[in-house]
Amino acid sequence: MAKKIKLPLTEEIIKSLKAGDNILLSGVLYVARDAAHRRMVESLDKGESLPFDIKDQALYYMGPSPAPPGKVIGSAGPTTSARMDAYSPRLLAVGLKGMIGKGVRSSEVREALKRYKAVYLATVGGAGALISKTIVTSEVVAYPDLGPEAVLKLEVKDFPATVINDIYGGDLYVEGKKKYKITR
Amino acid sequence: MRTIKADIILDAVSKIFKEANYNLGDDVLDALKKARREEESPAGREALDTIIENASIAAEDKIPLCQDCGTAVVFLEIGQEVHIEGGDLYAAVNEGVRRAYEEGYLRKSMVDHPFTDRKNTGDNTPAVIHTDIIPGDKLKIMVLPKGGGAENMAKLGMLLPASGKNAVIDFVVNAVNEAWSNPCPPVIIGVGIGGTAEKAMAMAKHALIRKVGQTSPDNENAGLEKEILHKVNNLGIGPMGYGGRITALAVHVESFPSHITALPVAVNLQCHSARHREVVI
Repeated sequence: MAKKIKLPLTEEIIKSLKAGDNILLSGVLYVARDAAHRRMVESLDKGESLPFDIKDQALYYMGPSPAPPGKVIGSAGPTTSARMDAYSPRLLAVGLKGMIGKGVRSSEVREALKRYKAVYLATVGGAGALISKTIVTSEVVAYPDLGPEAVLKLEVKDFPATVINDIYGGDLYVEGKKKYKITR
Repeated sequence: MRTIKADIILDAVSKIFKEANYNLGDDVLDALKKARREEESPAGREALDTIIENASIAAEDKIPLCQDCGTAVVFLEIGQEVHIEGGDLYAAVNEGVRRAYEEGYLRKSMVDHPFTDRKNTGDNTPAVIHTDIIPGDKLKIMVLPKGGGAENMAKLGMLLPASGKNAVIDFVVNAVNEAWSNPCPPVIIGVGIGGTAEKAMAMAKHALIRKVGQTSPDNENAGLEKEILHKVNNLGIGPMGYGGRITALAVHVESFPSHITALPVAVNLQCHSARHREVVI
């Protein structure tokens, strides 16, 4: 049974999450992909502030398909997280508490999760139609010139996710594979 | 000689790209349902339930199965007695792609220059078009909207001929193992063996348009498909990498004679959202 979680990710919530947990998120999620990440890190390098308050927030790695008439958003599943690996430790250092995507993270990111007490979650790739139904509102909040890669602010209700990396070093990808691997 | 109007081709391309993006084929759905029955891992089963439910929502709401509506890969088999009239063939295909992605609310993911500006072309063109001339007076169009996550896990190996079949199997299994959770498993594994470097990769891609569940008509290739599938499904990666028995739904092998010095092997992975459609004009 999936645990219902109200965003933002407080310290108490993060401590309660373990690799392999299924959760349903409700509240605000920010959306950013490669180009937005590059720009955010460039801003930090220049000593500028980010275009939204990232403290305690969660970032969803996603680039939606266009919203058909009458819909809030189009298909809205996760993209491959590894492309954001180079930028993530920097954002975790300034207070980012959660990342949602799909696929394995680098060892640098996994270390940073433990150091900064943050979690990496996955949602099912290729389930963009189903996930879109959990998105209640969507608005561009930064970098509108990036078009489909602009930063979005989403209000979600019961957004389905699975904990991959927790703050205790747990890793569902590693543990799951080990459990079901057959060596012969 | 049979005449086919370019507009007919344009309309057909547009129609099947939309269909492919909203409706998962029965071959893929059946394979996913079979995987659901066989999967032992609870997390894997839940991922498969989500994937199967997503397919019904996409079909019902006419919303893309996946937000990554892919590179528009098109295979054309053109009968040598076909004459195309009323426009350039490739222009018609690209216009079909443009209309499908615009009218169908599909995501446009193509950027114009790969290592400089990377500016979005805005209409998902150009398509990647492969053309074969075959006997007859028909035109067969096969489309494969190919998502980036799985495509980025492609691998090419120029193996030593003396290393033989086991080296081929190891190369493919390693490619899937290294791709791990990235290509959205359970995947379909396209394998091209022989020919030259580019021929091997083209075969690996072409193998992905075969209906899931069909084995190769060549006995050697069919045997290899079975062996690779068994080994891949022992890796433990499972649906979405959450751990489990079903890492791949199928392995599709194509082969071609090769040079005395060469044993090229190409792997092209297809995510579980295996969108493909075809039409014969």
